[in-house]
Amino acid sequence: MEYTEKVVHHYTNPHNVGKIENASGVGEVGNPVCGDIMKMYIKVENNVIVDVKFKTFGCGAAIATSSISTDMIKGKTIEEALELKNTDVVNELGGLPPVKLHCSVLAEEAIHEAIADYYRKNTKMTEDEIKKKCKLKSKEEHESEACGK
Amino acid sequence: MNTVYFDNSATTRVDDEVLKAMLPYFSESYGNASTIYKLGRENRKAIEEAREKVAKILNCDASEIYFTSGGSESDNTAIKGIAYANRKKGNHIITSKIEHPAVLDTCKKLEKEGFEVSYIGVDENGILDIEELKREIRPTTTLISIMFVNNEIGTIQPIEEIGKIAKENNIYFHTDAVQAVGTLRIDVKALNIDALSLSAHKFYGPKGIGALYIRRGIPFDNLINGGHQERSKRAGTENVAGIVGLGKAIEIAYNDLDEHCKKIKELRDYYVEQVEKRIPYIKINGDRERRVPGNSNISFRFIEGEGLLLNLDLKGICASSGSACTSGSLDPSHVLLAIGLPHEIAHGSLRISMGKYNTKEEVDYLIDSLVEIVSRLRDMSPLWEEFIESEENK
Repeated sequence: MEYTEKVVHHYTNPHNVGKIENASGVGEVGNPVCGDIMKMYIKVENNVIVDVKFKTFGCGAAIATSSISTDMIKGKTIEEALELKNTDVVNELGGLPPVKLHCSVLAEEAIHEAIADYYRKNTKMTEDEIKKKCKLKSKEEHESEACGK
Repeated sequence: MNTVYFDNSATTRVDDEVLKAMLPYFSESYGNASTIYKLGRENRKAIEEAREKVAKILNCDASEIYFTSGGSESDNTAIKGIAYANRKKGNHIITSKIEHPAVLDTCKKLEKEGFEVSYIGVDENGILDIEELKREIRPTTTLISIMFVNNEIGTIQPIEEIGKIAKENNIYFHTDAVQAVGTLRIDVKALNIDALSLSAHKFYGPKGIGALYIRRGIPFDNLINGGHQERSKRAGTENVAGIVGLGKAIEIAYNDLDEHCKKIKELRDYYVEQVEKRIPYIKINGDRERRVPGNSNISFRFIEGEGLLLNLDLKGICASSGSACTSGSLDPSHVLLAIGLPHEIAHGSLRISMGKYNTKEEVDYLIDSLVEIVSRLRDMSPLWEEFIESEENK
């Protein structure tokens, strides 16, 4: 399966590339061994994600999912952003080749990690509460899913 | 937008003269070469002329050349054929970690059938560890299969030395020479090569046709059973047009060999020199000297190869990468891992392979495009960001 036109658009002209200085939350997922790392920066005001930027090391699909998922959570509340599923990202792109589906999972996880970081810095929530609310995966779970295997 | 083709290790454009030589065999000369009437007899003659041309280049007898469907079939026939036919003598095969999948997967298949296989490592430049090869030789070893030239990093293996070792130990020696034929002079007698695979589309011939040299007297089983074609060693009505094309292509390749190699080496060297000058934090993969003239393999640190290829493609540039994303698997190239590259650097590799139709203008366009794309992808990369920050804090 080839990349859709929308995927091509997003890896050619990705939206929201960059870094936010003094970000409210930063999340990084993936690892260089697999060839995919996503780092997301969010700026939160009154519970709304007012700005989001990303940096991604990875293939065309990784760049495209980073780009479109940042578009999809911009202007959303934290709770709405946490609702974003990897399948929503795939649908918005008009599909992804099966071997690239793990890129969309990474995008979802990067958003969750950034929000978790925001909670840690700005609320008194315990780590367990954050983990539950943001559906964070343990280090072991990440490793067992390394490279989307 | 014009296509700018830098993937000549993957395949090449068919030479116009080759195409011209092939065309009559699709239309007026369509006879089956196994028939006795003129239409068939003439095609038999064309096949045998092509066989002579291949034999002359390799310095063997025409009766030692078998036409196949290409490199993969030649590798399969040589390895399985020799392994099966010599099983009473032993069940051990030696190969390397950096072979083409046509060899590696064939060996894996044989392992499942009870054969034992030793996979020899290479040094950081991709040159075979000869001492390890010698240590792995057993009384049961029947076959050594080592590629002549690696398809990804272009490294030329010490074939003469391996041939000598094989001969001394009474072991058959097969080499996958798919990336060597067309750029290197090969004398199978002088190099003690017992079996050799080649493929026409790597040297401006058509796809779907290759040849296998197997020295006379070496027992090997058929891969394809059926009719009596190819002296009953490879069944199937001959691909006459393909065979004629292969013959013409190998003849042209070796008539123009020095000129061709000089040209592609100049383009390759210019490319590498310019990349080194204009793009920081790169790694040149493979041996600088012992490599074929058209090949270059460079890792651009902090970026991933598929992103690079997609952006090059948008500019009409064709190249390839050892990144996992382009291999259809999730691991980067086994060759780049075997030479000791960390995964993240292997993911960022770019293979550029020059061919006779490339021009200096095209290489300049490639370099300018790369400078821009690498810089853009690095600006997007968290690895680059971390690296720059750590440099600033030093």
